[in-house]
Amino acid sequence: MEDIRFTPGLLPPEAEALRAEVRDFIASHLKGYPGVKRAKSWSGADPEFSKAMGARGWIGMTWPKEYGGGGRSFLERYVVLEEMLAAGAPVSAHWVADRQSGPLLLKFGTEEQRRKYIPAITRGESYFCIGMSEPNSGSDLASIRTRAEKTADGWRINGQKIWTSKAHTAHHMIALVRTRPQDPKDRHAGLSQFLIDMKETKGVTIRPIRNMAGEQMFNEVFFEDAEVPADALVGTEGGGWGQVTTELAFERSGPERYLSSYQLLFELVREIGADAGPAEAAGIGRLAAHLSTLRQMSISIATMLERGETPNLAAAIVKELGVAYEQDMPGKAHDIAGISPRTGADAGGFDQVMAYMTMAARSFSLRGGTREIMRGIIARGLGLR
Amino acid sequence: MTGTSEMANILAEAAGRLLEDHVTRDVLSAAEDGTWPQDLWQELEQNGLTQPLAPEDRGGMGATFADAFVIAFAAGRRRAPVPLVETMAAGWLLGRAGIDVPPGPLALIDGGGDLALKDGALSGVAKSVPWAAQAGHLVVEIDGTVLLVPADAVTLTPDSNMAGEPRGTVTLEAAKPAATGSLGLTGNLPVARTLGALMRAAQMAGAMEGAVTLAVQHAGDREQFGRPIAKFQAIQQMLARAAARAAQARSAAETAFLALDRVGDDLTDAEWDVAAAKVVAGEAAEIVYDAAHQTHGAIGFTYEHELHFTTRRLWAWRGEFGAETYWAQEIGQRVLARGADTLWPDLTARQKG
Ligand SMILES: Cc1cc2nc3c(=O)[nH]c(=O)nc-3n(C[C@H](O)[C@H](O)[C@H](O)COP(=O)(O)OP(=O)(O)OC[C@H]3O[C@@H](n4cnc5c(N)ncnc54)[C@H](O)[C@@H]3O)c2cc1C
Repeated sequence: MEDIRFTPGLLPPEAEALRAEVRDFIASHLKGYPGVKRAKSWSGADPEFSKAMGARGWIGMTWPKEYGGGGRSFLERYVVLEEMLAAGAPVSAHWVADRQSGPLLLKFGTEEQRRKYIPAITRGESYFCIGMSEPNSGSDLASIRTRAEKTADGWRINGQKIWTSKAHTAHHMIALVRTRPQDPKDRHAGLSQFLIDMKETKGVTIRPIRNMAGEQMFNEVFFEDAEVPADALVGTEGGGWGQVTTELAFERSGPERYLSSYQLLFELVREIGADAGPAEAAGIGRLAAHLSTLRQMSISIATMLERGETPNLAAAIVKELGVAYEQDMPGKAHDIAGISPRTGADAGGFDQVMAYMTMAARSFSLRGGTREIMRGIIARGLGLR
Repeated sequence: MTGTSEMANILAEAAGRLLEDHVTRDVLSAAEDGTWPQDLWQELEQNGLTQPLAPEDRGGMGATFADAFVIAFAAGRRRAPVPLVETMAAGWLLGRAGIDVPPGPLALIDGGGDLALKDGALSGVAKSVPWAAQAGHLVVEIDGTVLLVPADAVTLTPDSNMAGEPRGTVTLEAAKPAATGSLGLTGNLPVARTLGALMRAAQMAGAMEGAVTLAVQHAGDREQFGRPIAKFQAIQQMLARAAARAAQARSAAETAFLALDRVGDDLTDAEWDVAAAKVVAGEAAEIVYDAAHQTHGAIGFTYEHELHFTTRRLWAWRGEFGAETYWAQEIGQRVLARGADTLWPDLTARQKG
């Protein structure tokens, strides 16, 4: 049984100094930005906003300066992320690149790949999507079938990805594909990662999938004899599983795993108002208690990252807790406010945000690895499996 | 930023080992039948573990709350059947009020209830006071004044909580304190209540770690359908969820201890962290209580098995020094009074370095 411990930490002064700057930036860039849009949290996109963040040095903050990174600490980055999330800023255009694709390239990519791709990410001009899931491979990622075959001057990719968030706006995908046939003795062997240009590569077709909240956010992506150059391979051929595991650790460790529904809490507090009865106050208090303790745990993870650790188990725990919290929020809001949200033209901020969040929250315990998969990781940490 | 200090490691090691050695099943069940574990108390006291928080010149160790957390956590983890955390908290109050800390167990009385201080003497009734019958002195905090009251100055009607820990109704009739001092601390709530809730939150986190550990061990040992029940996914998922909640409770409690080190002369902000810790611990207790018992099956429902020494305490502590509803209302009212716009800024301001 691994010792599960989240050492409480306070953010250092340089991180706190940044907070005021970020708030000023948000106040001027998002003036009058409506609650329904803020409610999209890190699913809301605005390339201009991303570029403005890039100009401030707030993308790739922890990356080396030689590639355009900020050379700053994970705790400073944490402050920028949580302020953006609390404000419901439209950060999704660059989010994946900043969170996982950039770090992946820095860790496993070649020097040329770093020089070619990283600076544009830090400027907020280059967006990435994640090509992992396939129609027959969700939780069981190792069972993917999309394959890449070696050609004279590169690789030829055939197969299909699905649920690819923002594939329609991303410039690049980092795809996990099979470069060798499935080996029944080693399910994790023969997988590799490729960086695919989504705008230029022939044989790539993107088809949108409308989600239950009516948004066009994720997609199907088809590869039909899609030719990519030899240097599209990221890391080692056959080493894809180890790399993707690292990538998933980046994907799961951030504050977006408990702050996705912050906007609903904000609207709920406004809706309930100062003259609330004791039951309403207690309901709000419980949500506030979770908010503040989850924040502490999230800061603790940022501290682990800063120490160079890979906090897989800790990230799974915070994702399990955080997702439960953000996902339960609409139900709690329903209990506290006791109304069914309206969506028509006369709907107020609370109604609109509540209606949206009630639907959007269904995805929280799926994306980035399901609740059950997270609990499986924790169970392994406990020594149960 | 803070990590684990040298002092905390020493205290964790000392308290952990001592409690593990002394708090046996026999000691626990004898304590429930009314036998005071004198050896255990003596060992704790001789090792300085009962007064970590009082200053050295008042008879304590002068440690920080951050360091003392591990003692309270261990007290819960090992189910110490003595008023270790109450004595610790009372010692801090005495030290702050400039009163020398007497040896022996102390009881902590929340003066926010029916007590009244008149002409330097205390009158009223305090209910469900933990360990009142075992304490040589009672420490009362009332409106910023700390009073050290000798046990023989009060009348006591003993009872117990659902874990069989001694509690009692204390009646004071113009009881004269042995010493009185001013705390020099303002806040929104009675200070002893906040300290009590702080300690219970840490004990609960410890008890939850204990319950999860017992359940994980049992799941590995117990075989059904030809394999350890740990191999069943239903068991894995249930315990994973419980372990995550226990980890949250621990993190929240530790954060609250840290907040106590930053109070200066105003407890208001730290009250928030204590409230969050007590709420989160209470909610987690529900889940851990269920998962630990369900994993154990019928054997965990017996008096013979040790699980209930942990889980009954968990449940009892959940209601002491303010249940979740009480603390949730407190912070909920604060959030609502301040309004949505300050919710996030207030949170980040409170938890900064
Ligand atoms: C909004 C959203 C955005 C997404 N974005 C992307 C993206 O950008 N790129 C990408 O690659 N993918 C993306 N995904 C896909 C996501 O990673 C998958 O949905 C997820 O991994 C689960 O796969 P699945 O949907 O096929 O469900 P399945 O794996 O079929 O699972 C269905 C149910 O079975 C349970 N289950 C499966 N296996 C087990 C097991 N071993 N033990 C117990 N229970 C099990 C699951 O927990 C779940 O409850 C996104 C998904 C959503 C909802």
